[in-house]
Amino acid sequence: MKARHKRLGFLTIGIVALGLSTWLVVNALGSNLSYFFSPSEVAEGAAPSERIFRLGGLVKPDSVERGEELLVRFQVTDHAHDVTVVYSGILPDLFAEGQGVVAQGRLNEQGQFVAERVLAKHDENYMAPEVKEALARAHADGVAQEASTYAAAESSGSYSSRGGESGAYSTSGVTQ
Amino acid sequence: MIAEIGHFALIIALILGLFLAVLPVVGAHKGIVAWIALAKPLTLAQFLMIAVAYAALTWSFLAHDFSVAYVAHHSNTLLPTEYLISGVWGGHEGSLLLWALMLSLWAVAVSRFSRSVPESVVARVLGVMGMVSIGFLLFMLLTSNPFDRLLNPPAEGRDLNPLLQDPGLIFHPPLLYMGYVGLSVVFAFAIAAMLGGRLDAAWARWSRPWTNAAWGFLTLGIGIGSWWAYYELGWGGWWFWDPVENASLMPWLVATALMHSLAVTEKRGAFKAWTVLLAISAFSLSLLGAFLVRSGVLTSVHAFATDPDRGVFILIFLLLTIGGSLLLYSWRAPGIRSPVGFRLVSREAGLLLNNLILVVITATVLLGTIYPLILDALGLGKISVGPPYFNAVFVPIGIPLMIALGVGVLLRWKQDSLPLLLRKVAVPAVASLVLGTLLIVLFAPHFHLLAVVGLVLALWVIFTSLLWLRERGGGGGLLKGMRNTGRGGWGMIFGHLGVAIFVIGMTMISLYDSEQDLRMEPGQSYTLAGYTFTFQGTKEVMGPNYKADRGILEVTRDGREITTLYPEKRDYFSSAMPMTEAGIQTRLFRDLFVALGEPLGQDGAWSVRLYHKPFVVWLWAGGLLMAFGGMLAASDRRYFRRRRNGAVTPPSEPPTQPVAA
Repeated sequence: MKARHKRLGFLTIGIVALGLSTWLVVNALGSNLSYFFSPSEVAEGAAPSERIFRLGGLVKPDSVERGEELLVRFQVTDHAHDVTVVYSGILPDLFAEGQGVVAQGRLNEQGQFVAERVLAKHDENYMAPEVKEALARAHADGVAQEASTYAAAESSGSYSSRGGESGAYSTSGVTQ
Repeated sequence: MIAEIGHFALIIALILGLFLAVLPVVGAHKGIVAWIALAKPLTLAQFLMIAVAYAALTWSFLAHDFSVAYVAHHSNTLLPTEYLISGVWGGHEGSLLLWALMLSLWAVAVSRFSRSVPESVVARVLGVMGMVSIGFLLFMLLTSNPFDRLLNPPAEGRDLNPLLQDPGLIFHPPLLYMGYVGLSVVFAFAIAAMLGGRLDAAWARWSRPWTNAAWGFLTLGIGIGSWWAYYELGWGGWWFWDPVENASLMPWLVATALMHSLAVTEKRGAFKAWTVLLAISAFSLSLLGAFLVRSGVLTSVHAFATDPDRGVFILIFLLLTIGGSLLLYSWRAPGIRSPVGFRLVSREAGLLLNNLILVVITATVLLGTIYPLILDALGLGKISVGPPYFNAVFVPIGIPLMIALGVGVLLRWKQDSLPLLLRKVAVPAVASLVLGTLLIVLFAPHFHLLAVVGLVLALWVIFTSLLWLRERGGGGGLLKGMRNTGRGGWGMIFGHLGVAIFVIGMTMISLYDSEQDLRMEPGQSYTLAGYTFTFQGTKEVMGPNYKADRGILEVTRDGREITTLYPEKRDYFSSAMPMTEAGIQTRLFRDLFVALGEPLGQDGAWSVRLYHKPFVVWLWAGGLLMAFGGMLAASDRRYFRRRRNGAVTPPSEPPTQPVAA
């Protein structure tokens, strides 16, 4: 084999491999992405109706209802809007009313969110950045409209200081 | 007082690091023997200082000194001693201290086990490691000091996250960090070689044992992490494509490529520039992993309490490391061409293919991991890339990798003949095809084409490895071949067998596992994969620092009693967070796994998750074998032979070829 043939061989293999893997990646990315939406965005109709997406916010206090078998229904809120989530399965350990949650699934015709997976984080002081941001955004909107002052006060009281040492202390209930 | 001693020791370690980064490197450059001679004592002194700091932090944990913020945040008086000791690395600051300790430990190891390496090279390597240590120590002292005091110390500390109160915490982080930090040795060798302007076969030989050892630790760390997630999280999964898992997988993949390209560089003097790039990337990816975990830019189960300053610091550190080493590379690269040629059908080409595939896989993992970050930064929405993406990409790229692995070990250096090769691989190819198909048809619950593919590929790797061993024996057969094989060869065999075992586990668990979430009342039964699980209710039990509901599930098969599983739902006293403790019975060919969800209603009913997981233990057995292979290869005696008369040993000859030639 001549040197030129050899180079050509390596080059062909390289290009074919690169092309194949690019095709694979583009293909896989296109069908496996899920976008994040807050309850307000869902209420505005910004979320897709046929695609899977992730919904995040706080589990609204007193909204968790159990149904037959493992069926559970709860509201996810960002203090401005609520979305009803329907889920059948085992909820994660840290799932609790008033806590941050991210659900993955899609909207049904009644505008309810049918979740395939429900995620809550594995550390009581940690909140998914998306959820934190969605709450902050809804909070900012609320302040601008001077509408739900109570919700805004509540969210800044218990959630804005998370990550800070003092906040971490107060949430875990240790006396100083 | 003790904490202040620790803090002070860290500052001294930093100053020693500054000396270490400058004097030996300059000394090696200018030929100042006295400065070169400083490298080893400075390394040892720095290690001792960091060890003092580490001991001080451990003491603060054991003494429950809650005036130290880190101790107050990560332990309390109820915590058992083993978790007080391992709690040192249960949070961000302490795990950084562990990184620094290990970095200095690796440096001491380099200074001890490099008798075959010229002093000036060792001095440069230790100097580069000193530079890396400056980065870590500054990071700790500026943004994450584990010895910070609280003005109003609490009477009782917070809990260590209950998820972390497990033997997994004792082993997983230290092993993983040993791997990450070990890659800095390889990085340091590459940088030192470029500084010295000599990238030759000797450099590759000095780097190889360190790469193998670091890779072995990394494999163990990842494997134990996967096992821990499996039994602890109660989700029954073993790999979640979590960004932090990806952060450990990427350096592992590149280190795997590096091990193989180093072999080419040592034996044939080829791939030099490429090998240097891999060494730089492997370490840079470790740092990138640290950045992803510590900065909080990604959503992950591993997230520490985050702080943007830390992210910025690591980002700068990362840019300096990558930028600096690439600058050096571009300066030196024209001088490190590899003049050696090889043919399309040769072991070099096979290893090139291996490297190509591994790098492509790394790139796809990197893309899937940081794509959400990029979109977010561009304001194009918040997305997440799910496991299906990784699976869709991994499987098709993994198949050619496995095929190449089998062919590659049988190829000869420089040039091989295609007809001869085809004749050689015909037997293992046919044998694995027939046996793989037969096993699935006979024993699997139902036929799955992918299962056949997985099993055939695994058998292919096993058979070709055996064939390689037999060829080592010349005409004397397999046993003679086994006697003729050194630790390096055995390391390769075990590494590849580990891959095969792992692939079998992965194939079976992915295609044949069954799972059921359901509501169970006491006395109720459910049959899954032939096993009947009967729920006998729960009872309350007390642990040292928790209270638990312990479920009782009797498992029978065809009326025969198999076992009773006791999954728990624990409430730790000092934490608001409930914890799932799964009940698992492991056997060679399957795991039975049950986890409690939550109580439902008044009649003692619970939501329960049942799993039947075939071959799951093979995953970790495979990982263990791989790690063992890496360690075995690292301990090959030829790497540590004392150099004769201070001269650099010439590049070793290609190994003797199979007698077929």
